[in-house]
Amino acid sequence: MKGLIQQLIFPLIAVVAAFLVGGLIVWMVGDSPLLVYELFFTSAFGSVDGIGYTLFYATPLIFTGLAVAVGFKCGLLNIGAEGQLVMAAFACAWVGLVLPEWPSLLVVLLAMIAAVAAGGIWAAVPGVLKARFGAHEVITTIMMNFIAFGIVSYLTQYHYRKQGDPILETRPIAEIKDGVLTGPHIPRMHDLLAPFGIDFPAGVPLNLAFLFAIAACAVVYVFLWKTKWGFELRAVGISPSAAEYGGASISRNIILAMAISGMLAGMVGVNEVLGYRYRYYDGFSALYGFTGIAVALLGRNHPAGVLLAAILFGALTRSGLFIDIFTDRVSKDWVVVLQAIIILFVACGGAFRVGARRLKLMKSET
Amino acid sequence: MTLLILFRHLDILTCKIASSHFPIGHQSSMITRPRSSSRGVSADIHAMSEDPKYAVEMRDVTKRFGEVLANDSVSLAVAARSIHAIIGENGAGKSTAMNILYGFYTADEGEILLDGEKRSINSPRDAIRLGLGMVHQHFMLVEPLTVTENIVLGAEPVAGLSLDYKRARSRVREISEQYGLRIDPDARVEHLSVGQQQRVEILKTLYRGARLLILDEPTAVLTPQEVDEIFAILRGLREQGKTIIIITHKLSEVLELSDNITVMRDGRVVGNLSTAGATASGLARMMVGREVLLRVEKQEAQAGASVLEVRSLSLRGKAGNASLEELSFHVRAGEILGIAGVEGNGQTELIEIIAGLRAQTAGEILLEGRPIDRLNPHERKRRGIAHIPEDRHRRGLVLPFDLADNSILGVHQDAPISGALLLNRKVIEERAKRLVRQYDVRPPNIALAARALSGGNQQKLIVAREFDINPKLILVAQPTRGVDIGATEFIHRKLVELRDEGAAVLLVSAELDEVLNLSDRVIVIFEGRIVGEVDPKSVTEEEIGLMMTGGRKEAGERGSRGPEEQESGERRSEGAEE
Repeated sequence: MKGLIQQLIFPLIAVVAAFLVGGLIVWMVGDSPLLVYELFFTSAFGSVDGIGYTLFYATPLIFTGLAVAVGFKCGLLNIGAEGQLVMAAFACAWVGLVLPEWPSLLVVLLAMIAAVAAGGIWAAVPGVLKARFGAHEVITTIMMNFIAFGIVSYLTQYHYRKQGDPILETRPIAEIKDGVLTGPHIPRMHDLLAPFGIDFPAGVPLNLAFLFAIAACAVVYVFLWKTKWGFELRAVGISPSAAEYGGASISRNIILAMAISGMLAGMVGVNEVLGYRYRYYDGFSALYGFTGIAVALLGRNHPAGVLLAAILFGALTRSGLFIDIFTDRVSKDWVVVLQAIIILFVACGGAFRVGARRLKLMKSET
Repeated sequence: MTLLILFRHLDILTCKIASSHFPIGHQSSMITRPRSSSRGVSADIHAMSEDPKYAVEMRDVTKRFGEVLANDSVSLAVAARSIHAIIGENGAGKSTAMNILYGFYTADEGEILLDGEKRSINSPRDAIRLGLGMVHQHFMLVEPLTVTENIVLGAEPVAGLSLDYKRARSRVREISEQYGLRIDPDARVEHLSVGQQQRVEILKTLYRGARLLILDEPTAVLTPQEVDEIFAILRGLREQGKTIIIITHKLSEVLELSDNITVMRDGRVVGNLSTAGATASGLARMMVGREVLLRVEKQEAQAGASVLEVRSLSLRGKAGNASLEELSFHVRAGEILGIAGVEGNGQTELIEIIAGLRAQTAGEILLEGRPIDRLNPHERKRRGIAHIPEDRHRRGLVLPFDLADNSILGVHQDAPISGALLLNRKVIEERAKRLVRQYDVRPPNIALAARALSGGNQQKLIVAREFDINPKLILVAQPTRGVDIGATEFIHRKLVELRDEGAAVLLVSAELDEVLNLSDRVIVIFEGRIVGEVDPKSVTEEEIGLMMTGGRKEAGERGSRGPEEQESGERRSEGAEE
């Protein structure tokens, strides 16, 4: 319990401090910080709709946050989640497009597998490059991002676009016919909760993928802390030479960690394609992959922390629009500023901890 | 005999009481107390008390790091023109005290007097200005530069804008001749031996006008010959009026070299005494706070069948690694084979190859007659190879992991520690608790990060983990480096115990004493080759020291044995035991 509080205290201080500084900015441009705070809470958490949207915005960030966290636990900084999730989303839609006649449920399963596999493979490539040739994953993953954007845009534009569509997107894999959504898709929260007599707003795009995200948190936790594979992966992340001494293969663990990271990022494609838009829409990702780094950092690379941090960032996204509309001078970019300040404070907390550790080291050296 | 020992202990006990309860003045009188001595230094000490001229006095110096009291009211006095040893286990606070003296740290309380005058030393710069010089355990030299350049660095004589190299060199030569530290002023530091580099460090302090030299573990990296040389140099410096403080934990050297000794434990001074009349066992007892066995008690080895056989093992060294050339030897069940050699002559590589952490370029390794070259470290561990690595921070432990997690490193894949899917937390914790109890790891809290343990306790945890697999072969590298006396004694006893139970032990250590004490047979390695085999019971330090630096023993009864004669040599020793 004491450990948990210690874990939570720094991120919590960072968030509170960021909100104070954010309030200061609002005050400086001539608006009321209190109004902005109020808008934040009411829009994000004040109604079922608000909570639904907050969680919907949080869903991709949970996946990417977990993706970055798993990489980080193995000592890897996967900044290619963006490319991985784009590849995954396209692969997901592609399965639906090439198998139009197959039963929906089977296509949904295959599309999910395709998404996870595409993300995993796209991330495993930098993993292999690092394990075999020592190529730094920060460079390779970011390069893989550009390759992914290019390939997917090309395929969408020249092969899977609807004739005459002004938007760069593929043909839909599911469409509303006679008021019913037909074609491969995963159910929205409205449909999931209806059998239990709960009337969740039908307009909110929150879907089954959110429950997948929660499950992913649990699975990642069990994997990292309760299995021998997770034990090795974390050991490699902290001390490769000690892990090697303990019989773990450094290269195999690097590839494994990258693959799992990419698979988690790939799940964003499931939320986007099977749960929300039912097509691949080019440029759908609001930098989820990069925001995932911030989420993992704020969540201290722990699944529970990632979940909370993603919900906070989801709430910020949700409230941005309301703050934009209901204030005179504050635009929705304030939310991005706030995210940046949070990260700054978290990073400062990190520096603080390093300082504390140095002090401890000095003690132990006496 | 017993009476005598008892008497000596009483003696030390009184020192202890005196030092911990009375201020510095009383201690000096304590030092002057006449005692039976064969060392003949007591005369100096008498002189000292009549004219209490101290080069350094520390009075009630206290230093806290957070909640930890690193120095608790430390008081000591170093007589001018003497060699003063500060001894204590790791974490006893000796380095902290010296770092305060040298200005790295500022004391929270207490005062420092130099030559009887109160001084505040806030930085090493102050310390140098006041005539202090420090030689660190790890040298701070710029390797591609020459001796002269290194010595004058930061205090260069200049001609216009450029370095006046000629003047610098003549000054360096002058000092080196004055103090008898022979060295070529134009040699590049990277080409010098460790002992010579140490001389450069000493010259550096002298060049800056040091009257008081502090040396941190000066003999840790030296060969026996180099140790003799540095001792001669230090004695020479004393003759010329310098005062010398050495920090060390090697009791034999303390007794041989120093005039006075300060013993520290747990941040406190537990005794200030004259070297005359001090004994190794008495000092060890003061350092540890209980009785310790300094020599390893062991019976004759009952060697059985060959367990490890190494045949023509070679390694072509990549940059930074030593290479191995055609090493052949074997280790039998129930014996300890020691490998003596100056560090960096291939010992690390040899052990890591046998453990499976490195691949050899040629040759083969057999465990109980079966080749193991293709097995990975985990498979080798399963076959019964335990490995105590030389670098416990880098290899032996995952420092942020708790003791329970560290206790399964290397066996974490095996049942019952791991099931098919999940680690078996209950088994792990019970096993960890048992190991911590059996091997007396302190504090015995398995949820604590390994980082929080002292070096000795970290090592005990590794030893516990490795010995728990019932090893057939134990690879041991530097088992007691940075480990306190108490834990050293414990680890040595355990090694001998396992030997007696029939394990084969291959021991590598930079501490010659340790190799000679523990081993039943010793081979000497130099630049990746086996120079010869010696009998640890009869070999002298000089003989083995010479072999460690590449010189072979003069032809004699034990003869020089090159690798080609290895086979016959081993047969001979086998014959001798029958």
